[in-house]
Amino acid sequence: MKKLMLGNQAVARGLWEAGCRFVSSYPGTPSTEITEQAALYDEIYAEWAPNEKVAAESAIGASLAGARAFCAMKHVGMNVAADPIFTASYTGVNGGLVVCVADDPGMHSSQNEQDSRHYAIGAKLAMLEPSDSQECCDFAKAAFDLSERFDTPVMLRTCTRVAHSQSMVELYERDERPLKPYEKNPRKYVAAPANAVARHIAVEERMEALRAFAETTDLNRVEMGDTDVGFVTSGTCYQYVKEAFPAASVLKLGLVNPLPVQKIADFAAKVKKLVVVEELDGVIENHLRAHGIRVDAGKDRFDPKGELSQNRIRAAMGAAVPASLKYDEAVPGRPPVMCPGCPHRGLFTVLSKLKLTVLGDIGCYTLGSGAPLQAIDSVVCMGASVGMTHGFTKVLGPDAARRTVGVIGDSTFMHSGMTGIVNLVYNRSIGTVLVLDNSITGMTGHQQNPTTGLTLQNEPTTAIRIEDFCRGVGVKRVRVVDPQDMAATEAAILEELASDEPSVIIVRRPCALLKYVKAKPALSVDPEKCKGCRSCMKIGCPAIRFTDKKASIDATLCVGCGLCEQMCKFGAFVNPSKAKEAE
Amino acid sequence: MNTRSIMIVGVGGQGTLLASRLLGHVLIEQGYDVKVSEVHGMSQRGGSVVTYVRYGDRVHSPIVDEGEADVILSFEILESARWISYLREGGMLVTNTQKTWPMPVITGAVPYPENIAEKLGAMANVTAVDALKLAEEAGSAKAVNVVLIGVLSRKMDIPEEAWLAAIDAVVPAKFLELNRRAFALGRNA
Repeated sequence: MKKLMLGNQAVARGLWEAGCRFVSSYPGTPSTEITEQAALYDEIYAEWAPNEKVAAESAIGASLAGARAFCAMKHVGMNVAADPIFTASYTGVNGGLVVCVADDPGMHSSQNEQDSRHYAIGAKLAMLEPSDSQECCDFAKAAFDLSERFDTPVMLRTCTRVAHSQSMVELYERDERPLKPYEKNPRKYVAAPANAVARHIAVEERMEALRAFAETTDLNRVEMGDTDVGFVTSGTCYQYVKEAFPAASVLKLGLVNPLPVQKIADFAAKVKKLVVVEELDGVIENHLRAHGIRVDAGKDRFDPKGELSQNRIRAAMGAAVPASLKYDEAVPGRPPVMCPGCPHRGLFTVLSKLKLTVLGDIGCYTLGSGAPLQAIDSVVCMGASVGMTHGFTKVLGPDAARRTVGVIGDSTFMHSGMTGIVNLVYNRSIGTVLVLDNSITGMTGHQQNPTTGLTLQNEPTTAIRIEDFCRGVGVKRVRVVDPQDMAATEAAILEELASDEPSVIIVRRPCALLKYVKAKPALSVDPEKCKGCRSCMKIGCPAIRFTDKKASIDATLCVGCGLCEQMCKFGAFVNPSKAKEAE
Repeated sequence: MNTRSIMIVGVGGQGTLLASRLLGHVLIEQGYDVKVSEVHGMSQRGGSVVTYVRYGDRVHSPIVDEGEADVILSFEILESARWISYLREGGMLVTNTQKTWPMPVITGAVPYPENIAEKLGAMANVTAVDALKLAEEAGSAKAVNVVLIGVLSRKMDIPEEAWLAAIDAVVPAKFLELNRRAFALGRNA
């Protein structure tokens, strides 16, 4: 039977068919749906871990116990998980272990566009790269077989266009695998120096064996056609090449580390020009050049920045691109914004008003950096806001500390903000951190996390209370405010900034998109009372417009949060919810 | 059959994902090879969003490039202007006339361009409908996506039953009546 499936859904299907039993991940676009979909299979135990390192370690433990185990992460998640994965390369596996890393060329939803293939090379791991949903399923299964055959974790690399495209997948039954017996074997599994020296030998021997395997496996496929140009490519780029040059010869790599150097050299000998098409870095190209294989075109023609496409490949090869229409007027941009009713809006309005230095973090609240609020000074990575608040205020001293806050979400706090709080206490910081608790992991599409009291499957579990954690590690000044009450939020921030010790303010209100948060009737503007002062425009609400020198409300967008009402000195907003209460 | 390309463009939150999944479902049932490409994450928060639907005997690229779209189905008129360069020569734009102000317009940095539908009409084959009005008539402003699928259905050589079957298969039961009304209003617009 065939089914139209998202790439991520197909990876999950492949896990199930391969007899995988254990999945642990932290959400991250574009990898999130793999774990959500895996959780729908009864035979797979799936969970959200607090971060990618814990997820990878949990999967390593499950593999040691004899199960086929898996974890998925976005490309920057691999930075967090790299520590256990680099050494799991030395210990090898018991049950098969597969790590999926999803790159985001073009940065649709990411802070950088690092190329994960460098990790496979660095950690000396086999890496497979599917080009559509069918291969997502097939390669997930192949990855487990390779993992057990070569005693190694195996990486599966996807990208946004593979992870988030739907295409047809042939479905098969599950290949149920009994747990492999666990046997104590410290020389293999205890990565202490004496053992690791021997294991490094095993790793190098394994790479040699994998290189030989790469030359013969049908994961790497030659499609001979016109021999004027031969393309070496992989993943979604293979699809773009086939679209742009359907008649050309192609060597499609499914195994992208290690590379089949001899196979590529043989292919190169059969074509007049060898062209390497790869997104982001010139990894394949540089490897071929290092082995003395002639590359006629590579990163000199294909931009290492952003995504490729069929037209980009046509243009780089000097072929015609389709004619296109031009709209002859400037089209205003449409950057993403906080949703109407977003609980972060009230807080960022206050931060913007107070003109504080704000060290931000990764999540929906990163949108507080956009116009008109423009309230964020820096965003680096998950959890960085807390550490950066510490360093920033240590260097600039108490006066600056009274004008500086760190801002971090609930899920990001659990991911890697907690250790930063420990550091604030330990190293006698006077920094102030605001934890924006919207009761869900928002940007990735509403995943549960350790603070919500629910598991991935929405089953009840212990909810970790951020205030208890902070008090427990020694933060004496911990308080909770509702960002919907902007006056109270402002007062709380000013008080905590004035204190001479670390403080944490939990800014708590659920995400407006949660099903249990009901929209209220839309507000409207009384044009008689509106003086056109534009105060309400400062909050950057997508539902408020300003025409003919008066504010008005787009009733299709307004969810009745009433924040605009708090901004208006003239009582120009008509709030049906309040009118009803008054009755 | 050569691969055909449809782009669905709009504003994050307008329900373009459901529309692309509906369309994918219809085309699979017609026996085509289909690829549907979506973008999740940050751009869904009120940003400009685009999904690609491609179908034919054998589809390779999941994305549509400039000058390649046979049809652009647009949920918002400014987005029609933004993506018109993706329409192929002789292609067709089906657009909602609804205006949703982007943040640079809200902040007063730039004005919302005027007479977009007229200008686009002079450049290409354009069908413009007030899908918001029809969606409200059907019972909810949220049904704009299915109204527009209804409008598109008239432009494609696929039987009405196939569209209705896809709506039954993709839309949650409690919204089925609403969406059937929305589809009919769009189809007859």
